[in-house]
Amino acid sequence: MKYTLSVNGQARSVEASPDTPLLWILRDHLDLVGTKYGCGIGQCGSCTIHLNGQAVRACQTPISAVGDQKIVTIEGLSEDGSHPLQKVWCELDVPQCGYCQSGQIMSAAALLAQNPNPTDADIDEAMVGNLCRCATYTRIRQGIHEATRLLAGDVSKKQLQETGS
Amino acid sequence: MNIASPESPTSQALDRRGFLKLTALAGGGFALGLYLRSSPFGLAADAATAAPVRDFVPNAFIRISPDGVITLIAKNPEIGQGVKTSLPMIIAEELEAPWESIVVEQAGLDPRLGGQFAGGSTAIPVNYDQCRRLGAAARSMLVRAAAETWEVPVDECFAEAATVVHRPSGRKLTYGELVARAATLPAPDLKSVALKDPKDFKLLGKRISGVDNPKIVTGKPLFGIDQKQPGMLHAVYVRGPVFGSKVSSANLDEVKKLPGVRDAFVIEGTDDLFGLLPGVAIVAADTWSAFKAREKLQVSWAGYPVDEYSSEAYAARAAALAREAPQKEIRHSGAVDEALASSAHVVEAAYHYPYLAHATLEPQNCTALFKDGRMEIWAPTQSPAPGLDLVARVLNLPKDKITIHLTRIGGGFGRRLMNDFLVEAAAVAQRVPGKPIQVTWTREQDIRHDYYRAGGWHFLKGGVEASGRLSAWHDHFITVGYSGERAGNGADVSGDEFPSRFIPHFRLTQSLIKTNVPTGYWRAPGSCAYAWVFQSFIDELAHAAGRDPVEFRLEILGDDREVPPSAGNRGRSYHAGRMKNVVRVAAEKAGWKSQKLPRGRGQGVAFHYSHAGYVAIVADVSVAPDGTLKVEKLTAAVDVGPIINLSGAENQVQGSMVDGLSAAWFQEITFEGGRVQQSNYHDYPLLRLPDTPAMEIHFVKSDFPPTGLGEPALPPVAPAICNAIFAATGKRIRTLPIDKEDLSWS
Repeated sequence: MKYTLSVNGQARSVEASPDTPLLWILRDHLDLVGTKYGCGIGQCGSCTIHLNGQAVRACQTPISAVGDQKIVTIEGLSEDGSHPLQKVWCELDVPQCGYCQSGQIMSAAALLAQNPNPTDADIDEAMVGNLCRCATYTRIRQGIHEATRLLAGDVSKKQLQETGS
Repeated sequence: MNIASPESPTSQALDRRGFLKLTALAGGGFALGLYLRSSPFGLAADAATAAPVRDFVPNAFIRISPDGVITLIAKNPEIGQGVKTSLPMIIAEELEAPWESIVVEQAGLDPRLGGQFAGGSTAIPVNYDQCRRLGAAARSMLVRAAAETWEVPVDECFAEAATVVHRPSGRKLTYGELVARAATLPAPDLKSVALKDPKDFKLLGKRISGVDNPKIVTGKPLFGIDQKQPGMLHAVYVRGPVFGSKVSSANLDEVKKLPGVRDAFVIEGTDDLFGLLPGVAIVAADTWSAFKAREKLQVSWAGYPVDEYSSEAYAARAAALAREAPQKEIRHSGAVDEALASSAHVVEAAYHYPYLAHATLEPQNCTALFKDGRMEIWAPTQSPAPGLDLVARVLNLPKDKITIHLTRIGGGFGRRLMNDFLVEAAAVAQRVPGKPIQVTWTREQDIRHDYYRAGGWHFLKGGVEASGRLSAWHDHFITVGYSGERAGNGADVSGDEFPSRFIPHFRLTQSLIKTNVPTGYWRAPGSCAYAWVFQSFIDELAHAAGRDPVEFRLEILGDDREVPPSAGNRGRSYHAGRMKNVVRVAAEKAGWKSQKLPRGRGQGVAFHYSHAGYVAIVADVSVAPDGTLKVEKLTAAVDVGPIINLSGAENQVQGSMVDGLSAAWFQEITFEGGRVQQSNYHDYPLLRLPDTPAMEIHFVKSDFPPTGLGEPALPPVAPAICNAIFAATGKRIRTLPIDKEDLSWS
């Protein structure tokens, strides 16, 4: 089957069987490898992307279910790594191995787009589906709070709202 | 030693002895002189060889271009331990190069770089001195180049911020400006090159963010699974569910007709569990086609008789062995039986820990191209040199026809010390010449085809004198091995493990269960299991004697001294004073005994010495009456000598503590009919963000040579938590994982 997808603001055409998970469309067909394979059953969150601004697991999203929904991947979260979460992740040195971090950032970005001032309980709820085998959880939580502060005070707020929707 | 202060000074005499030993351990840092070349035409790293000849390449690790770009070569595999940042930091410190001016480049496997390895928390102790000398040698050549340019004495010049300054005149030349002349100078002797005084360090000990972070947060291709080569095909490799089983037949013709599938074939493999495991390869246009075809693959496996190989059978065998005389005595000092007979308090207990998988978040994968008799491999491996040897041996290729590129690695934890996935990819590629092949494992394969942390059983007896002092210790350790003659990889215990060497009567014996399960090196191999047993049992003895668990432990450690290894054992020197210091710091910072805790809340302490690091942890837990456990806080005191990268060090300790907690709380691999029963993160869970405890980490300042941090903070976590659970509930955890136990109380 032939599909036309909206990926990071661009129309992309792919030929694939309808049951192909969006994860493998992104990785193998479109060479967008920032979205990671971790478990294939929606348990680890490494493949988290945005579908119309909602955080979803690309491994559980067959290409046939995407339609004209807007796909944003880690590569499209900002043009130049300037999303507050991306900046804070570097400043706080959040990653260890780094494999899960694109999924962590995409989950956190969807949270902040909907709730610019999340509590610890909000963070727990939004991030519980993202595993980090290196256990960077303390800095992930800290990073989300830090990004919130960054947002509260500066121009990045506008940018966050743009990329989050 | 000062009791309370983490800054307490340490003995200079011991410092020097410790340093000499570590230097010896490093296998002779001075051999690096071999790699030093005075001119860019000499032997240099891959990247350096490719560089324009106008660069200054003082050795295989450093390249400086005329426009001032300083490139440092990162030689070791990066698995998240931060080595791609920490080793270049050490070079940059001595080179007097500001961190912002540095570009770090990952090396491939290259014998000119010395050992390239990610394991055993060894990178810092093995390379610290070498990296300093490499940086210092380059700096001295740049200073000399400036002095010759100005025609002034060398000792009137010094380096600062990638610039050489002439002190009397204030003249300056940047490193970039000095490249041409520096490249003509002879290299100094690394052995005698002048090093900086550590008090002048500007970079080491600071918080430096990982060099790949900007790429990680923007999703750039970095990892093994991200590799793309022109015309690349994607493959799966299916092994039998029972370890070591061979392919009798498979429906290959049917599989070859499936959508996207290009080829399918049987690979006979080798007989041993550490070679090329037999299986079926399915090569397809993309990963999903290969994964789907895998579901239609039907294989008849010729296994070996393993019906008796189950977790239940192993437990029954361990119980039977415990009633028999031990098969082997590993160490016996003093007279244990007599001491136990005369002890005021005798405690007997049986402990069991399960098998564990590594469960790295990036599943095993590897990319290989076999073309014109050459094998090129892009590998997320922790041990590339053994990987190359394995490919050469199994595929019958000359070593000089094999190239290994190192990718960033989505978690190591010891899994990728084994190169089974690497040789698989090479074997598949060899059958499809001219086409790059990426083999990707499913998560299910990854959980079911690991080199597992071995399960084990300890049958212990301990005796405390009337005075309250620990006097006697007996352990019948029952472990596993595939040969039936010796314990499997990571499944043995040294006769020098604490409290061996610290109490008068100590005996460690061992018996073996034969299994078909390949075992390997999990984070803090061995220590990750038996630290829990030994530090829990010490707690039992302290309570039996009515002693405070901290005071009881400090008494066993005894005087501040360095305790040498015993003859014939694999122990290393153990500095009692350093351990006592971290125990005291952890206890003080955690507020040990400063408050009376109500029932349902508890504090537990544990310490462990491994990988040359001294770590003590106090855990604060709460247990609700219905048995719900919450780990409130972990307080760690760590002595690994001076810290290289404070940010990375903190990451490693946090990560190790949560890893240890996660494993102890939830994880267990079990077997039935010779096969693994778990398959993915739903039945092999990892701790998630909401359950992460508060963590407080205190790095004790000491002048001992710096050692590694990938592992030593893990072993004390599980016993600290289990000891805290006992304090909270009176329930002693003697079988892991914790969540199998009913912790409810009323």
